[in-house]
Order: sequence, then C-alpha cells, then structure tokens
Amino acid sequence: MGLATHDIRKHFGTIRANDGISFTIESGSLHGILGENGAGKSTLMKILSGFYEADSGEVDLDGETLDLRSPADAIKVGIGMLHQDPLVFLPFTVLDNFVLGSPGPQRLDRSDARAELERVSGELGFRFDSERLARDLTVGERQQLEITRLMWLGAKVLIFDEPTTGISATQRDQLFLTLRSLAENGLIVLFVSHKLEEVEELCDSVTVIRQGKVVFEAAMPITSEVLVEKMFGKVFVEEDRDPAPFGAPVLELSRVTIEEGTTHIEDLSLSCAAGEVVGLAGLEGSGQRTLLRACAGLLAPSSGLLSVDGNNLNKASYRDHLAAGVHYLPAGRLEEGLVEGISIAEHLVLTSEDTGFFINWDAADEAARQEIDDYSIKGRPSSPAEALSGGNQQRLLLAMIPDEVRLLLLEHPTRGLDVGSAAYVWQRLLERRSDGTSIVFSSADLDELLRYSDRIVVFFAGDVFAMRNVGETDGEELGHLIGGKVRG
Amino acid sequence: MEATLNSIIAAAAPLVIATMGETITEKSGVVNLSLEGSLRLSAMTGFVVAFWVGHALVGFGAAAIVGAAIAAIIASTSIRLKLNQIAVGFVLTLLAADLASFLGDSFVGERGPRVPALPIPILSDIPFVGKVFFDHDLVVYGSFLAIGVTWFVFYRTRAGLNLQGVGERPEGAFARGVKVNTLRFWYTVLGGAMVGIAGAAYSLDVKLGWRETLTLNLGWIALAIVIFGGWHPLRVAFGAYLFGALQVLAFQLQDVFPGLAQVLPIAPFPLMIIALVFVYSSGFRRIGDHFPRLRNLLGSEAPAAMGTVFERE
Repeated sequence: MGLATHDIRKHFGTIRANDGISFTIESGSLHGILGENGAGKSTLMKILSGFYEADSGEVDLDGETLDLRSPADAIKVGIGMLHQDPLVFLPFTVLDNFVLGSPGPQRLDRSDARAELERVSGELGFRFDSERLARDLTVGERQQLEITRLMWLGAKVLIFDEPTTGISATQRDQLFLTLRSLAENGLIVLFVSHKLEEVEELCDSVTVIRQGKVVFEAAMPITSEVLVEKMFGKVFVEEDRDPAPFGAPVLELSRVTIEEGTTHIEDLSLSCAAGEVVGLAGLEGSGQRTLLRACAGLLAPSSGLLSVDGNNLNKASYRDHLAAGVHYLPAGRLEEGLVEGISIAEHLVLTSEDTGFFINWDAADEAARQEIDDYSIKGRPSSPAEALSGGNQQRLLLAMIPDEVRLLLLEHPTRGLDVGSAAYVWQRLLERRSDGTSIVFSSADLDELLRYSDRIVVFFAGDVFAMRNVGETDGEELGHLIGGKVRG
Repeated sequence: MEATLNSIIAAAAPLVIATMGETITEKSGVVNLSLEGSLRLSAMTGFVVAFWVGHALVGFGAAAIVGAAIAAIIASTSIRLKLNQIAVGFVLTLLAADLASFLGDSFVGERGPRVPALPIPILSDIPFVGKVFFDHDLVVYGSFLAIGVTWFVFYRTRAGLNLQGVGERPEGAFARGVKVNTLRFWYTVLGGAMVGIAGAAYSLDVKLGWRETLTLNLGWIALAIVIFGGWHPLRVAFGAYLFGALQVLAFQLQDVFPGLAQVLPIAPFPLMIIALVFVYSSGFRRIGDHFPRLRNLLGSEAPAAMGTVFERE
C-alpha cells in the first residue's frame, strides 16, 4: 500500500525538469522531497496532482495505475496538493472557497456546506468564520482552509509544496502538528522543501532530487552532511586566489533595514572596500536581489545609513547612485539589462556620456566595433540584443559599464553561461577589482562564491543569516547555511 | 407616470440583455470588446432575416447566431492562439460595424415584422405595477428573466461559483478540477448570443427598421455599464435602467426644455465616472465589511483574471 512513481519524465523546451524519476512511499508516512531550486521537485508534484501531464512514466496508488490527465482525475483518486501560494480565491468567502469545485447538486446548499466546513475543520482542530473573505486570512489560515477542503474531498495523499514560506513560526508549529496527525491517520504526506532543518525535524523518510533525477532515498534520520552533499553535489574549490590589497571602504551599510514583499532585511551592517569582492549566497528569493536593488538605488531602505565613498545615499535616486559610481547588472539580461529590438551600437550610444542632440552614427558604429573587439562579442554593431546568446549579452552588458565605476553590483553574473564565457566574465571583473572597484555579486553556484569572494553573506528566508570570510568556510558549511542550518 | 416608467423599462430592455451577456462573459475572464460592432451587425442581420421570412422570432435566432459567432472568434483566438482579447475585439468591432452598413444598405427604410405586444393576463390588471411591469412584449419579459437567471446562477449554483472562480483565478479553478477554457469558451458564446438578441431587439422591437445609426454608441455604453455595475447583475441592470430613464426623459422633455434635452443624453457618462469614483472609495468597501449580505452588491472588483489567457504550463 502506498504511492509509487516509475520513470517519470517531463521536459520544458530543452530543459529536462524530470528525467526518469522513480520512488515508492508507504501509506502513513511523512515523506520529505528535498532539492535545491530548479531541481524538479515542483514539476514532479504538479504531475502527481494532475496539474501537468508527464511526457512518460507511471504513477501507482495502492497498487493501481492512475490515469492522471487533470487535477480532477487526481482529486478523484485522492491526491490533493497545496500549492506554495495557496490557490484560494481572495474576494470569495471562506465558505465559497470551501465548496468551489466540489461535487454535488447544481443548487448550492450553503447551510449544508457550512455544517460540513465546521465538521471537517473541527476534526482537524481549525476554526473558520465562514463569511470572512479569503483575502483577510493569513497565509497560514489559507493553508488550513485548503487542508480542510482537500480532507473533505477524501484525500489519501496530500502534497505540500514549500508550505512554510510566508507563515509565522507559531503557524509553522501548528502546521507540523497537523501534518504529523494526518500521517498517523494513514495518509501519505509529501513535504516538499529545500529547508534541511524542517525535513530533519518532520519527516520519516526522504527523497533527494537533483537536476531532475532521484539521487538519494532513505529513512530518516540522515546526517545533514550527507543530505547537503546529495542536494548540491560535491563542491570543488581551486586554490587560485590572489586577493588584491583592499583600499578604503567604498560601500558602507550601517544598520540598514530593507523591506520588499516578504523579504525583510533587518539591521544589516556591511562594508565592502575598494578591491574587495562580497558574494551573496542563498536560495533564490531569499533577499539577495533586494539588497542589490537597495544598493543600486532602486529601492529605498526604510532605515539605516547607506553610503558610497562616504557620500550618504539614503533615499537618493537611481541617478544619484549612478553619479556616485554605482553600477548594477540585473539577472534578467534581456528583460532588465538590455532593450529588446535595439542594436549593439544603439545600446552603446544610449550609455555613452555624449549628450549631444544629434547622433553621429558612423562614429557610433566605429565605437561599437571597438567594443565588440575588446569584449569578443559575437555580433555586429547592427545585431539586436535578443539575437545575441546569453554569454554575448553579458559581454555587451560588461561593455556598457562606464570606465569610472566605484561599486559593481551583479546578480547571477554567470548564470546560464558556458564555462568559457563564465571565465571570461570573471576575468574582466577581476581586472576591475584590481583597479580598485568593489564588487558585490549574488550567485547560486557555491563554487563561484567560494572562488571569487573575499567574504560571503548568506541569506535565508528574507534576511541575512550568516557572514563568513572565505578562508573560514567551505562548501559543506555554506550548503547548511543556505538551508537555514548552523553546523552544530 | 405609469406610462413613463413603462416606456423606460421597454427602452432599456435590449441594453439590459446585452449588459447581462457581457457580465457573464467578463465574469468568466474574457472581455468581448466587440459589442459596438456586434450589436450593429446583429441588429442588421436580425432585421433582414425577419424581413425575408416575415417572422420576428427567426430574426432573433439569426441575430443570436451572429453575436455568438463573433464571441466565438474572440474566445477561440484567445484560448487557442493566445491572441490579445482587446485587440481582436477592437478589430471585430470595426469590421462588424462596417459590414452591417455595407450589407444592410439596401434595407434602410423597409418595414419589417415587429414583436407583438403581450400583456400578461391578470398581472397586467394590477394597478400601477401591472401597467409598469406586465404590459410589455416578450423582449421585455426576456430582459427580466435575464437579470433573474444571471443573478440566481451566479450566487446560488455551483456552475455560477465555478464561473466566477474561472474569471478570478483560473489556476485555482483548474486545480479544483474545473475545465477553465471550456467554460470560458461557452460563457463567451452565450454572452455573445445575448448581445445578438439585444441587437435584434433594437431593429425589431424598440425602433423598428434598420438604419446605420440605430445602435450608435450603445455597445460602448453597454461595456461602460458593466464596469459601473461592478460585474454584479443587479447593479448592472440598475445602470442600464438609469441610462434608459435619462434617454426617455430627454425625449419627453425636449419640447419643454430644449436645452436640457441636449444635455440629458450625455449625462450618463459623467455620472458613470462619478459613480466609479464612489464605488472604488474605501468607505464604500467598509459598508460591505459591516454588512456581509450587502457585500456582493456593493463590491466593485473586476474579475482578477479578466482579459488574460490561461495556460496549464
């Protein structure tokens, strides 16, 4: 008795999100699905819940092969999923959210449904005011509402996709209690997470997924060293560091608080000297981007002091930051960094310091040819930005950095680039560093962080979690810290 | 007084049917922007077919098909080809309006059949109420039915809840097993058919006969009334009647106050803007928080997924 998958495959374009996934889970167990961002966990769960159709492979529940073409099929056999952002209808009442999609006669009997809501939520230990709007519920309460609804529909398998994102510690404890009691009552509970600590605390068994494949399966407890290694793979660091001597501090943050959405960076003090490289580690969306955007002047800190070269840039505009020598390269090269539809030459004209009304296109073409040579961009002055490969787009962005820069802010500078392009990008960046530019960059690649940073700031759940000098840490510890766990 | 109210209700009937249709369509998440053209082309088609056959009812059927076909183009290009609903709707508006002028040119001035009056026995004898509500023809009774049925389906049936879910958060509806795109397609077609029926009502019931300016601007007005009505059938109906009242009033007062008669027909537009400012104010929402029963009626939120394309992956 239990849930099993056999050789599940699913691709999006050229990306193989699930590349032959097979596992078995016994009824009555609380099973963790662990993996870093983009490992293929969510895709797999959406296949199990019928949201996606697998390209190939098979799902069995209690010995029967399932035909999962839509969520309706999954619900029918008792597989329910709680999405990371609970899929409730915000302007509808709790009661309407509860009954929407449920089977029954056309004529809605709301008093009957209300009784059912009270009965099922009572059994689970939840309380709802059925007339409240879903909008007024906390994320934790929305989850409870979804759990109630799925249990009412007769779920045998409940999938929780990163359920602890955006809920309070108290709600988390309550959620864990609920999950345990559901498993004790014979349900299969799948707990999908990238947070080691939670999986260790909660789960009976675990499956680790990396790059669309199952790399590890075992009953808990497993030491977190093993789990980190399975999640991230082996981390190799070459010893080719030659740190430049640091100059005076360039970027200085003193007790800065920045808020953006669920990100809440509090009381951060950090400085980055001339010639220093600071790496920002953490899972995607843990706050690195928010910090970079605040340093770039795209987001005003709510309190604290932000200065560059001793100039106070609190509440200063993006233009003021540019004037102070701050330059930001966002991760969305084509979305945020470049302009689709305009050429290399036009990009360089846009960023040049020439402020004349007329453009000398011959000179602009000549200048573009020069930059194309300098940065080995594969393209012509007239090539539009979107025609360039990712690596060449990044080279163009590097070419657009003004000569006199004090602070470079880079978001995933080598993401999606092949090894050669990545090495080239860093070669140019390190030249800048030797000239006394400070560099702050975010990356998901532990290897890159360890190789190029002098200091690493680890983000977790929307705040700075730890800071390490690069000589004092290693990939294993970073893996732990990224998962929100201090090595004990 | 009785006669005035009676004629307001009769004059507003086509607009009521058209706005109910568009409310259903938009509530499911699709914007049928082609109303101005749909109304005109279906008014023309309805008249011409009824004129040939000699039967008003057949004209209504043909007009409903025209409205449904235009709506089906918008729904299917949006669902299958992921085209922008606004762009397709706008192009269809221009196309349908010109097509109506071109094809209907030789029928201008002809007299076609009309919808017979049908006072409801007994009910129409009730003093005042009977004269106002029950001394009409099938089109007007159809408009009453449209309001009642739309309201009932929206708020008292599972189908209506699913319909609203699809327009509000298609991923959520899909995760609950609702067939998002199938529902969107058919509700758009239904809404379009109602718009078609409204078009025929203008040429076969309200004004009799076809001319190019018969439904001029009424499609745009219908779209505005749906917004003003906050996508709630009763408030949308109220908006349609308010517009009908101002038109009838302008007509009746044109001898007495010629100046006023000039102003009244355009009064709905500034009124709508003021009404929109009012319904979007926070105070208005707070009334809803205190009286949950009124909340639906006072709410003014557009369906969150209106105008978007739902893709599973």
